[in-house]
Amino acid sequence: MGLKNYTVTALICAIFFSAGLAMAGNIVIKGSTTVLPIAQKVAEAYMKQNPDVKISISGGGSGNGMKAIIDGSTDIATSSRFIQEKEIKLAVEKGGYPVPFAVAYDCIVPVVHPSNKIENLTLDQLKAIYKGEITNWKDVGGTDGKIVVISRDTSSGTYEVWEEKVLNKERVFPGALLQASSGAVIQAISKNKNAIGYDGIGYINETVKPLTINSIKGSKETALDGSFPVSRALYVFTNGWPKGDILNFINFIINPEKGQKYVEEAGFVPLY
Amino acid sequence: MKQNYHSGTSRKNKEKIIRSIFFVIALASGLTLGLIVVFLFMEGLPIFSKVSVKDFIFGIYWYPTDDPADFGIFPLIIASLSVTLVSSVISIPLGISSALFLAEIASRRVREIVKPIVELLAALPSVVIGFFGMVVVAPFLQEIFDIPVGLNLFNASLMLAFMSVPTICSISEDAIFSVPKELREASLALGATQWETIWRVIIPASISGISTAVILGMSRAIGETMVVLMVAGGAAMVPRSIFDPVRPLPASIAAEMAEAPFRGDHYYALFATGIVLFLFTMAFNMVADYISNRYRQVGAATL
Repeated sequence: MGLKNYTVTALICAIFFSAGLAMAGNIVIKGSTTVLPIAQKVAEAYMKQNPDVKISISGGGSGNGMKAIIDGSTDIATSSRFIQEKEIKLAVEKGGYPVPFAVAYDCIVPVVHPSNKIENLTLDQLKAIYKGEITNWKDVGGTDGKIVVISRDTSSGTYEVWEEKVLNKERVFPGALLQASSGAVIQAISKNKNAIGYDGIGYINETVKPLTINSIKGSKETALDGSFPVSRALYVFTNGWPKGDILNFINFIINPEKGQKYVEEAGFVPLY
Repeated sequence: MKQNYHSGTSRKNKEKIIRSIFFVIALASGLTLGLIVVFLFMEGLPIFSKVSVKDFIFGIYWYPTDDPADFGIFPLIIASLSVTLVSSVISIPLGISSALFLAEIASRRVREIVKPIVELLAALPSVVIGFFGMVVVAPFLQEIFDIPVGLNLFNASLMLAFMSVPTICSISEDAIFSVPKELREASLALGATQWETIWRVIIPASISGISTAVILGMSRAIGETMVVLMVAGGAAMVPRSIFDPVRPLPASIAAEMAEAPFRGDHYYALFATGIVLFLFTMAFNMVADYISNRYRQVGAATL
């Protein structure tokens, strides 16, 4: 009996002790699902190098991340857009001060089957294709054939950029084929000579042909200098200038030798 | 005497214990189902405070992430029903005729080889069938029918038929095989040919088993997720031709659930889609149950 009691006490102590340890280096990250793969890869690598730091990551969208940084329920908010004015006001009212760090660029490139002779589409043509207004390749200078429009699921971050930058927040027409992953888009296009789709620059391989938009080629350089129309910066926000573990983690993300390597691995454009 | 009496009660007790163990086990699966259903409804019903049941079921636009969002699953329901229907048109004749062949026509040796092969088809993981449909069947369909997209209703139905043939074949074969020998022999003795015996005697006698097989096959098709996610194309529109891309209910749930914000409207809407799907499969199973009880062949004398 005595032994049993002793064991129980020891167990409870152990739980409290380990919880205390975890608290010491605990970083909570919330926000954009687009930034999620970057955050996950970087956090994994960071935790491997700093085993005493525990990082917990959840998605939920950029808006939820901002809400969490304002009400203090997260240490770092990830976002696929810059903070909005009303969010800054709200944060300042609560005595906070959100600080942005750009961590990567997202560059979405339209792709077609390699046999398609089209090289370039204008932003307006792309918009019309995705709204279902242009339905034949010959209307944009290609060979006669129905355009098979491939899009991503409406919840994906890639879709979000496309909808914002190409469609100006208008809807993709219901006849578009929705693929559930970046890989599936490439797969479907490589098997269909009339297909058009879009994908993050990191996913594009030789089985498909990337198009230029308004004669600008999607690349690391054009994404970084802002000339490529379908690109955006991805941010993390902290409340006030970061300190301690959080500062170390953010330094890790933007370090070209460390975190930025994983940015490229996750299919995004690194900062440098 | 006393000894015997004693061992009698202990055997009875043992019997009781075993019985209650089995009862608890049976109860556990019922309880699990109950809990899952409660959870499904708890997570799904809140969406109906945002959209009416009518707009949800009959709305033709599915734009769950827009602002304002549209949660209409009518195209998804039609997609699910149409792939199930088309796949049944393919799988029912195939499944039943192979069952008839195996039970009535094939020699014992052929049967012993072919039946395990048909059943092995059921063991193929659905992701493999989906991949096959995506990489092999889709380009092939594009080529021979000269259609813009190979990922469509027909392709999905074909792949689903692959998956329901073994179910249909194996269950109806068991039903046909268990038709009493007396019926078969009586029919042949009256001068009926083998074909007449099959058509007039064997099929009517085993119709309840065959119907159950068909409905279980169909309910497998309607609930199948991976195949339709990979090969149906995923366009949330009401199909106008058999070669149009569609987005069945399970595909929509599987594709979007991972990214839907926890307990947001989109999340609730996906669970509500799950409720609709659950009601469909439940209806299928209830019909199967009803038919198998209603037309059960009892003994050899009832025909």
